[in-house]
Parts: sequence; structure tokens; C-alpha cells
Amino acid sequence: MNTPALKGSSLGRMERRWGLLLSSPYLVGLVFFAAGPILFSWMIGFYRWDNISTPRFVALDNWTRLLADELFWKSLANTAYFVVGTVPTGVVLSLLLAMLVNRPLRGMGIFRVIFFTPVVTSTVAVALVWAWFYDPNYGVLNYLIETCMKLFGRQPPDPVSWLNSPRTAMPAIMAMSVWKGLGYNMVIFLAALQAVPRHLHEAAELDGAGVIRRFLHVTLPAISPVVFFVIILSLIGGFQVFDQVYIMARDGRPANSTMTLVYYLYKHAFQFLEMGYASVIGTALFLIIFTVTLSQFWLQKKWVHY
Amino acid sequence: MGPLLKTTMREQNGIADGFASYIMLSIVAVAMVFPFLWMASTSLKTLDGAFQYPPTLLPKTFRIENYSRIFDSVPMGPFLFNSFKLVILNVVGVLLSCSMAAFALARLSFPGRRVVFGGMVTTLMVPYQVTIIPVFILFQHLGWKDTHYPLWVPAFFGNAFGVFLLRQFFLGVPRDLYEAGLVDGCTPGGILFRIYVPLAVPALTTLGVFTFMNSWNDLLNPLIYIDTLEKMPLTAGLSFLQTQYGSNWPLMMAGAMISIIPILIVFFFAQRAFIEGIATSGIKG
Repeated sequence: MNTPALKGSSLGRMERRWGLLLSSPYLVGLVFFAAGPILFSWMIGFYRWDNISTPRFVALDNWTRLLADELFWKSLANTAYFVVGTVPTGVVLSLLLAMLVNRPLRGMGIFRVIFFTPVVTSTVAVALVWAWFYDPNYGVLNYLIETCMKLFGRQPPDPVSWLNSPRTAMPAIMAMSVWKGLGYNMVIFLAALQAVPRHLHEAAELDGAGVIRRFLHVTLPAISPVVFFVIILSLIGGFQVFDQVYIMARDGRPANSTMTLVYYLYKHAFQFLEMGYASVIGTALFLIIFTVTLSQFWLQKKWVHY
Repeated sequence: MGPLLKTTMREQNGIADGFASYIMLSIVAVAMVFPFLWMASTSLKTLDGAFQYPPTLLPKTFRIENYSRIFDSVPMGPFLFNSFKLVILNVVGVLLSCSMAAFALARLSFPGRRVVFGGMVTTLMVPYQVTIIPVFILFQHLGWKDTHYPLWVPAFFGNAFGVFLLRQFFLGVPRDLYEAGLVDGCTPGGILFRIYVPLAVPALTTLGVFTFMNSWNDLLNPLIYIDTLEKMPLTAGLSFLQTQYGSNWPLMMAGAMISIIPILIVFFFAQRAFIEGIATSGIKG
């Protein structure tokens, strides 16, 4: 308690004791699983270490190697491609979906639950079934394309090997990722939409604003902080993509076209046992996420209304 | 135009609108559900049935044996046991440690409180990949490689999201209740478990289901720590199944079905906690 009369009293002493006692597990966790490791990972970056012999100090070698590593730049480009391909589509589609389920119609609860189902199931399980969709010979996707083409009297194209061609592998993974994440963002948007004061809409309607203008001038400004929040979350999540790449395109196949930063880190740390170099990749990932997030915070001043 | 005419027009619009909405909602719903239907259908097909062209939604011959065969092909029993064990330990650990720290931050004044709070806010922003290597080295030195400890012990030391979520909730509980508890001779620990925890059931449920989901669905950590197949939890075990039986789609879909059924059951009973939990806190699964 903060009242000065209680400082030094038995009550204050009890509170201090209990405060330390109750927070001590988390404090230990902070030191050993969060703050300590963050500092330690900067440090290992200056060493060459195979996880067995004694670490050898190599100063900035890992960093210069990183800058010259073509595969690092390739995985950075792939990750950026993934982010650019999934974040805007995901945000727009989930906002549309949220507006759709925000209508006061019967049975909306069921639709919300259905749209949310992909979010709770593991990426591994759904990535497996999507990989099966993409199967070049027996997959449903090629079958659907063929059927549609025939329906319009066109010659069906040759079956595409979605996950085996460098051009289509990443987009195929992106499509699955957008599908999986829609429900999550939808729920956040839904909460925001329901918080928009009704009288704002009514006033705009009385002023003769149509649906589109009401959306642009009433809804969008009102929910812009939440749009910003969802963009930030999606960006951070996008840069950390791993599970679906691991399942659908092991080891960056084909031709490293799906190698992402986290996969590259995983590979160096736990397959090549280059702890120092992998730590540098991790630090670079952190710096990239940090810079992108920061730039979004700077950009938001131009479009987010608080 | 009289007010009467205007209302009827609006009503007509409403009906047409509702109809269009239902059509669009149904299309999206099909796109969302279809992969799961396909998973279920393939899991019941024979190998020939799965490789039939054109594909059919309903299996021509039902083969439920895929589900028993999978228990012979991979250690499915241990996978399931490990997953449930890890989920229970993680949920208990996270709820206990996070509610304790959150209560201390929300209601008690003690030395180091600012440090704990600052540390929480800072680590909230750091991606977990940054800590993954140092934590791996730590656990390796403790001799915990190829054991389950790295997959549940950290839960008992809390995490920034959980502490933050519960702290916000506890701050909303009237302070009077804390003071009344003190007057009645309760210790702060007693007040936490007898008054605050029962009041925080919605927030604890949200944190609990998210912990359940993250632990059940985790792939990277088991891949890093577990070498012995029998010690794998189910989700990581599935990725092993894939490397072994990569083209046996019926078998893999049966495995995927087994792995999603528990989480779907939890989701069915706790949808509100899932959906409202995200809406209010945005914690990422």
C-alpha cells in the first residue's frame, strides 16, 4: 500500500514479503528465459562455437559472413515476399469478413465459430492437408482448375506441381497462411467494429452518406488504431514464419525458394551446430522486426486516429 | 416521400441484404470447412481410393483401419500421452506463476516491482527466436536434452503475455476487496487465491485455452529438444510421420485428424474464452 503511514509498519513489511514471494518465480523466469538469453545471444554472436568444443572469439566474423551470405539475403527476400504477400491480403480479407459477421442476422455465432476453426488447429495438421490439395497428380486444386476450365470450354492446362516449382511454392504456402489466419484477425476487427458508436453511423446516414462513404469516413477512422494493431501483429508473425514452411517445403525446397529467416536460423543452429552464426541470424531477425515495427509506428501518425 | 414508404424500402433492402450476406458467408464457410472435410474423408480412404482421379468427397470404400494402422506405424500412444502430459503441466504452470506475479504487480508494493514490470513490457516485444539458442544452451548444460523438462519447466516461471493479461484484469477488480481481505486477517497470498482468482475465472480461462493451444500445437521446441521418437508430443510426431510415410495420404490424414480432435473439443466447449480472449487482448496463438 502506498500510504506513507503504512510504510515500515507490519502491514507494509508483510506486503513487501508477499510481493517478493509471489513475483519471484516470474523474476527468475525473466532473468533465465528472457533478459539473460537476449543479452547472451548478442554475446555468442562474437564467437565461433559448434556446441561441443570451447567457443572461440572471432569478433565480427559472424557479422561479415552474414552480410556476404547469399543464402541469408535469399531467405530475407523470401521472408519479405511472404510478409508482403500475406499481411495486406490477410488484413483486408479479415476486415471484410468481420464486417460480414457483424451484421445483426441469425446464426452469426455459428459462422464466427466456423471461421475461427483454422486458427485453433495446429499449423502442422492443416499444412499437411493443404500439401495434399497441392499434390500435382491427385490433388484437389489441379482437379478444380481442370473442371473450371472445361466448364468454360477451355483447354485445361498441364497439371501444376505447386510445391515443386520455385515460382509457385511460396505463393502456395502464402495462400494457406492467409486462410489459417483470417479468423484470428476477424475476431479482433469484430470487437473493434462493435465498439464504433452507432450514432456516428446514423448521423452520417442522415447526411446522405452511402455505404462506401460511411465505411471510409466513419468506420475506418474509428477502427484505425485496431487496424494498426492487427498490421503490427501480422507483420511480426509473418517474419517468424516456420511451421508451414517446415511441413510443406522441407529445407527451402525447391531451390531455396521457400527458405525463410527462422528456418535458416533453425538450420544453422540445430543442424549445422553453428551457434554463433545462428545467434547472429536471430539478432538480425530481431533488428529487422524492430525496424519494421518502429517504421509502422512512425507511419501510423499519418493515418491512425486516436 | 413519407416515412412509411421509406421504412418499407429499407425493410426490402434489409431482406435482400441479408440474403446476399448469407450467400457470401456460406461461400466463405465452405472454404473454411472444406480442408477439414477433406482431411476426414481422405483419412477414411484406401490408398487406391485416395489416388483416384477424379477425386471424390466420399470414400468409395471406407477404411477405418487407417486409424488403427497408424498406432502400429508410429508410437501414437506415447505421442498422445506426451502431448496431454505437456499440456496439463503447461496450463497449470502458466496459470499459477502468471497469476502470482500479476497479483503482486497489480496490488502489492515491494522492492523491485518496477524492474519486474519494466522487464515484462520489454520482453513482450522480443521475438522468441532471439532467446531460443541461449535457452537451448542452458537446458543442455542442465542435461535436459531429450527430456520433457525444456517443454514444461519454463511454464512455471511465467511469461510476459500471461502476466500482462492477468495484471490488467486484476487492476479492474475493486481495491476495496483487497483491503477488506486484509482487515479480515487474510494474507496477500490468501487474498489472491480466495478472492482474486475466483473473480478472474474468465481471464484465467482465456489464458488457459491459449496455453493449451500453444503447447499442443508447438512444433519448433520439440524438434529442437527431443531426439527419441517415443518422447515426441503429437504435433511434432506428425512431422515425423510425414517424413516416414510422405505419400501415404490416408495414413497422414488419419494422424492429422487425431491431432486436431482434442483441440476442436476444447474449442467447442470454450469458444467464448478463445474468441473474447483474442478480442480483448490480441494474444497470439
